[in-house]
Amino acid sequence: MTRKRAAVVSFPGSNCDEDCVRALRTAMDADRVWHTARSLDAYDAIVLPGGFSYGDYLRAGAIARFSPVIEAVHAAAERGVPIIGICNGFQILLECGLLPGTMRKNVSRKFVCAPTTLVVARTDTVFTKAYDRLERIRIPIAHGEGNYYCDEETLRRIQHQIVFRYEDNPNGSVDNIAGIVNAAGNVLGMMPHPERAVDRWLGSTDGVRLMVALAAV
Amino acid sequence: MVERIATEPTPEDIDTHKLYARMGMTDAEYALVVQQLGRKPTYTEIGVYSVMWSEHCSYKHSKTLLRLFPTTGSRVLMGPGEGAGIVDIGGGRAVVFKIESHNHPSAIEPFQGAATGVGGIIRDIFSMGARPIALLNALRFGNPNDARVRYTFEHVVAGIAGYGNACGIPTVGGEVAFDEAYTGNPLVNAMCVGLIEHKHIQRGIARGVGNPVYYVGPPTGRDGIQGATFASEQLSEQSASMRPAVQVGDPFMEKLVMEACLDVIARGLVLGIQDMGAAGLTCSSAEMASKAGNGMELWLDRVPMREPHMTPYELMLSESQERMLFVTTPDRDEAVRDVFAHYGLDCVHVGVVTDTGYLTLKMDGHIVGHMPVRGLVDDCPIVEPPAEVPAYITREPTVYPPVTDYACVLHALLAHPTIASKEWVYAQYDYMVRTSTIVPPGSDAAVVRIPDTHTALAMCTDGNGRYVYLDPCIGGRIAVAEAARNVVCSGGQPLALTDNLNFGSPQKPDRYWQLQQAVIGMAQACTVLNTPVIGGNVSLYNEHEGKAILPTPVVGMVGLVHDLEHVTTIGWKNEQDVVFLLGDTYVEWGGSAFQAVVYETLEGTPPMLDLEVEKRLQDHVLACIQAGWIASAHDVSEGGLAVALAECAIAGNIGAKLTMPACALRPDEWLFSETQSRIVVSTTPVHAQVLMRHMQEAGVPIVCLGTVGGNDLVVGAGEECLIAEPVDALRTTWKGAIPCMMQR
Amino acid sequence: MLWTAHIRVSVKQNVLDPEGQAVQRALHMLHFDSVTSVRVGTYVCVQCTANDEAEAMQRVSQMCDTLLANPVTEQYAIQLERVEAHDA
Repeated sequence: MTRKRAAVVSFPGSNCDEDCVRALRTAMDADRVWHTARSLDAYDAIVLPGGFSYGDYLRAGAIARFSPVIEAVHAAAERGVPIIGICNGFQILLECGLLPGTMRKNVSRKFVCAPTTLVVARTDTVFTKAYDRLERIRIPIAHGEGNYYCDEETLRRIQHQIVFRYEDNPNGSVDNIAGIVNAAGNVLGMMPHPERAVDRWLGSTDGVRLMVALAAV
Repeated sequence: MVERIATEPTPEDIDTHKLYARMGMTDAEYALVVQQLGRKPTYTEIGVYSVMWSEHCSYKHSKTLLRLFPTTGSRVLMGPGEGAGIVDIGGGRAVVFKIESHNHPSAIEPFQGAATGVGGIIRDIFSMGARPIALLNALRFGNPNDARVRYTFEHVVAGIAGYGNACGIPTVGGEVAFDEAYTGNPLVNAMCVGLIEHKHIQRGIARGVGNPVYYVGPPTGRDGIQGATFASEQLSEQSASMRPAVQVGDPFMEKLVMEACLDVIARGLVLGIQDMGAAGLTCSSAEMASKAGNGMELWLDRVPMREPHMTPYELMLSESQERMLFVTTPDRDEAVRDVFAHYGLDCVHVGVVTDTGYLTLKMDGHIVGHMPVRGLVDDCPIVEPPAEVPAYITREPTVYPPVTDYACVLHALLAHPTIASKEWVYAQYDYMVRTSTIVPPGSDAAVVRIPDTHTALAMCTDGNGRYVYLDPCIGGRIAVAEAARNVVCSGGQPLALTDNLNFGSPQKPDRYWQLQQAVIGMAQACTVLNTPVIGGNVSLYNEHEGKAILPTPVVGMVGLVHDLEHVTTIGWKNEQDVVFLLGDTYVEWGGSAFQAVVYETLEGTPPMLDLEVEKRLQDHVLACIQAGWIASAHDVSEGGLAVALAECAIAGNIGAKLTMPACALRPDEWLFSETQSRIVVSTTPVHAQVLMRHMQEAGVPIVCLGTVGGNDLVVGAGEECLIAEPVDALRTTWKGAIPCMMQR
Repeated sequence: MLWTAHIRVSVKQNVLDPEGQAVQRALHMLHFDSVTSVRVGTYVCVQCTANDEAEAMQRVSQMCDTLLANPVTEQYAIQLERVEAHDA
């Protein structure tokens, strides 16, 4: 069986791209792909990493959604390729409409970097099949705009799409949402950073199973 | 023929009306400029001289003192003089680090002042060719009861966070202290640590006559003009009207410039590169030419401008951020442009390396400045001002009557914002990006893994202005010793340090004496502890309306953790582990947190520091950590032993049952005195005997205090119970203090 | 009398506006070539009482100077509007 290969898309201002590549390589091959790429056809999985694309100016992710690579991301999403947007990557997925809802500033109005406990709400996605339902996992957050918001009707509609919830809500997100998938289940957005939880020296290895699951798709 | 700009004062006006004085130049300095040029300088030229000869660029008041520092060592690859110093860490790799102040800009505009301070120090690191891997800082603020102080604190922290986070460099450590003396003149010192392979080491040097000089980064605006001079003056109410001097940082641009510069360096496309920091284009061009013994010609009309009609004076003195100057060869022009274009950046050919030994400035073909490079860089008159022992200095130690409510004092100390948990601060910093942070903020030193190895770097900043005020020489020693001790407690071997000397006006003899004595003390400690100074920064004139800050030398120490298994943190680990105190305790109240909290004063003599005792302690603690005998280690500092024990308990989330050994001290002295050269360690019962024997044989005082366990911190003396507090209660006090303070 | 103050806070003309520059570059990327300058600011709407327009203006200016705008880097413009009282 050939080893699977992931693309980690670097936008100007991305800063977790290297971390994602390193974390993914524990499970699969991974390349950094510059945002001007027009095709991602060669990849089995796509990661939009965290950081401050275009300085997060205007709104987080608002400018990155116009990068040339986004068309290829849309095409891959339609083909069913698994896509993860982490932190700023999640914000970009929201801005380009691949996931519902939007991000607001944290309720504290401050950037917050901290270990958090997530509750795994769904284990029937390609991303979370290696976790137990309602399992508590330790994955850190680091963001200033991670307060997930959608209207009540949308919230009702996406109940089944909620994948991770915070055990102790750090930012004000509705329904404690930390991560959601699209209706088709192949696009995941999450504010916490699984790539920061892949090594005992970093305090948690709970992110490893997500990387492994991605490699097994 | 050097031409003047029509809108600017004439050389005669500058002379007659002493316009140079407004730029911070003395009559004698002006006279020397006239002598160097053989004519009266133009407005552009005197502007260039004024910033090059400011304290910030010339170190004119501190140069002779800085020579006292040991700056060499077997591992030192580059000492002071470049953007940052470099220390070998084996395997063809080296660590690059430096600390720098942005005190005055932060006093004026806390957010942008702090943000641009971080930006500047990051550029110092990557301009050496190193990949920045960590940021630290040292912050001092006034009395937090003052709303303006809280505003400054909040916005400085936000500025540091906003810049470092967006650049993707983790802010892993630092220290924050509050004292009345910093009201009106906060200290914001930022430190950056980078990694480099020896073969990629760059210097800011303009090599090769005829080679092109390039400018990269955003266009130049009228930001921070005369910023370097501004940094060399004391603050007053008038500073508020000088406010346009503050620059605005753009971390997004910094990130792009950093990636692009590291890329061109890795491809071997540049010969020399330097950041346009203080004094912008002036300092970078003059220093690069000077280091090569060359000259440089700059075509100022080609410099990208953000605003129309900028004059040569403004272009040379602007401190617009995120700009770099570099030299390459003509045949690499296209390759260089391609790399920058990839990141969406333009680089502009703004000049050429010459053999004239002069910095020549041209605007639209006209020569508007022509100054000897050596004169600008090296010939600033050195000042050795008189030093005088201040009247408050005493040899009398302080004595206080006994305090008996030990738990109450402990809670008061834990609630003091200098000692209280800084989580409110560091939770705003992304301390995890780059996924190498093994010990995050909150321990004695931060530990950052060296990627793809089983080794790491331990790093911290330290400096207690209260001790330095009472005795600058001893205080200087303590600053170095404590920083090294913190690195040792984390499992690292101290390698070298960078220093930031924050002092008052050197033109006042008592303040200059503080600087002089502190440097002497620091140099003594550096020599004994084998930690050379590889670079740093001097920030003088830290005064507000004539009142000086506490003299505050900040030490940024970096150590090498030879094996990740040696990484040690402060928290107690397991039930039944044995707690030891290493080092003797004396009655030393001067400068202590106890004195600040209970008596709200600063008097007496600071704790003494015997460097040989300190060295022995550090060497043997490190050896025992490396032998695997130590489960936790925590340096005893502000608040004394009681606070250290509480911090071990809080960090480990576990209590202990401890006993004060029989000795001549009163319990309050034993608990709260700030005697130096002490470390609290814990060990598994298995290793307790061997640890004890090792320390006894080595001549390190060691006493067993008791065992770890339970939910309470219990400290007794014979039959008497001194402290019996639930760890949760201690944590609540310690963690709640700053959030509570900020809700006011 | 009740007044509504529409306050526009923006970065001073001579101070770098990184956000405005990033947005300008993005607009150019999207081929809005006619854009020559972008400045990003905030809009604040305040309702307050005052006896007359001059007093309202003075009060709101003070609010801007002390809190709403950062005098170091920002400028502001105020537009006042009187809120007609509803008859009881």
